[in-house]
Amino acid sequence: MDINDLRSLFTVLAFIAFIGIVWWAYSDRRKKTYDEAAMLPLDDDSPFVPSAPQVTKNQERKSS
Amino acid sequence: MQSQATYNYKVVRQFAVMTVIWGIVGMLVGVIIAAQLVWPELNVHEFLSYGRLRPLHTNAVIFAFGGCALFATSYYAVQRTSHAVLFAPGLAAFTFWGWQLVIVLAALSLPLGFTSGKEYAELEWPIDILITLVWVSYAVVFFGTIVKRTVSHIYVANWFFGGFILTVAVLHLVNSAAVPVFAAGILTPKSYSAYAGVQDAMIQWWYGHNAVGFFLTAGFLGMMYYFVPKQAGRPVYSYRLSVVHFWALIFTYMWAGPHHLHYTALPDWTQSVGMIFSLILLAPSWGGMINGIMTLSGAWHKLRDDPILKFMITSLSFYGMSTFEGPMMSIKTVNALSHYTDWTVGHVHSGALGWVAMISIGSIYYLLPRLFGKPEMHSKKLIEVHFWVATIGVVLYIASMWIAGVMQGLMWRATNVDGTLTYSFVESVKATYPFWTIRLLGGLLFLSGMIIMAWNMFLTMAGGKAVNAPVLAPAAAH
Repeated sequence: MDINDLRSLFTVLAFIAFIGIVWWAYSDRRKKTYDEAAMLPLDDDSPFVPSAPQVTKNQERKSS
Repeated sequence: MQSQATYNYKVVRQFAVMTVIWGIVGMLVGVIIAAQLVWPELNVHEFLSYGRLRPLHTNAVIFAFGGCALFATSYYAVQRTSHAVLFAPGLAAFTFWGWQLVIVLAALSLPLGFTSGKEYAELEWPIDILITLVWVSYAVVFFGTIVKRTVSHIYVANWFFGGFILTVAVLHLVNSAAVPVFAAGILTPKSYSAYAGVQDAMIQWWYGHNAVGFFLTAGFLGMMYYFVPKQAGRPVYSYRLSVVHFWALIFTYMWAGPHHLHYTALPDWTQSVGMIFSLILLAPSWGGMINGIMTLSGAWHKLRDDPILKFMITSLSFYGMSTFEGPMMSIKTVNALSHYTDWTVGHVHSGALGWVAMISIGSIYYLLPRLFGKPEMHSKKLIEVHFWVATIGVVLYIASMWIAGVMQGLMWRATNVDGTLTYSFVESVKATYPFWTIRLLGGLLFLSGMIIMAWNMFLTMAGGKAVNAPVLAPAAAH
């Protein structure tokens, strides 16, 4: 078996891995997790936070 | 449920503002070189000649404008979707100042004539080393924040940002491997590629195409998966599709590079592999585009009066257009006509202006008021004006380059009955002038849009205070 057989084998394995990922992503088990994950950016805030603490020079220095 | 700690918005603010500034600089250089093609007399000095300004333009728009946009949006999205403050704030500050230094060094060294001659990787080795340091720090800050997250899931945008950061590190290290020479002294850096002949060409275009695929696509898809749902106020159309989208891009993009070397010394089978994988890429690209656009499904009316959303959805339309055009141009017989012509230039700009710049502009418009404690941008009307000026600019640019490119390709291949060439090269140059003029106008419009954006940005910042929003509690993770 020379190096090119290994390369072909790797390509086939990569393809099988991808099919596996598609099957896994569309399995029913993932549905609830994904529905929650999809809400991650939206759950996080009101669009504008007027009460958010404003940065003073000192705080800025501390945080960086 | 909100804790006392606040997100690190400082570095996001710095990168967001510099995105607009470098956008203007990079696009201005683009307009100058477009004008030089119409009026060659504008090549007034060797420092400002077309050959030296062209790499400055590409580096400035890709790495300065696009790079700053990616840093700003990834630092913002990873903090908010991880419910965690940015890891290693000192290192994050270093990524900002280090990246600005890289840009300034590029702006000095390229006009002075220091170049390694590798497209999109022209910077000489000392700057390459600085890029590596900044990039490793970026990876530490980004992945450190992911590790710190207080929610269980890693949101899909972060997968795209993470994939982009890792891949660009590998691409940069491999393609920039070079042997420095010190014959001319330490202040005149010069190096020779570690590779030779066709291997050098293949590694360059493996780098070049993946720079498009990961720097200019995966990173901006991360932006799309966070900011489109935010601006639309709806979750992404299909989260499952986004997972498949991510892995499909990862598995296929790496192989598409050879389509830049059709009909060269590269072995035929390598060219065919490149072509086939480029064709396969149509599927994940369109999957992603549909996923982004359909996020608006059921809320199309929002598009009517939200110019930021218009930017985002139009960017996805251009993404779909250029990812259809790209695979088509990778087909060998089509490439025989299109390669080396202005069609390629048009294709790149339909991706770069239509997709990359527009999604960045939309995301930065979303960010600015939130970073400076304002309810919204100073003028919504000006965003609307910017949108139309930019869109007309892109359309003029790519339509003129399509016509010019197809015309050039047909003129170069035309032969007389006796087998001699019908046209000399300079005849095709002469025939292209009107289209270069239209392209200049398109570029000028796009640049004007960026200046309007800067004006709007400074008015938004004026009187605003820097705001760092409080960190969200882990409880929000259901």
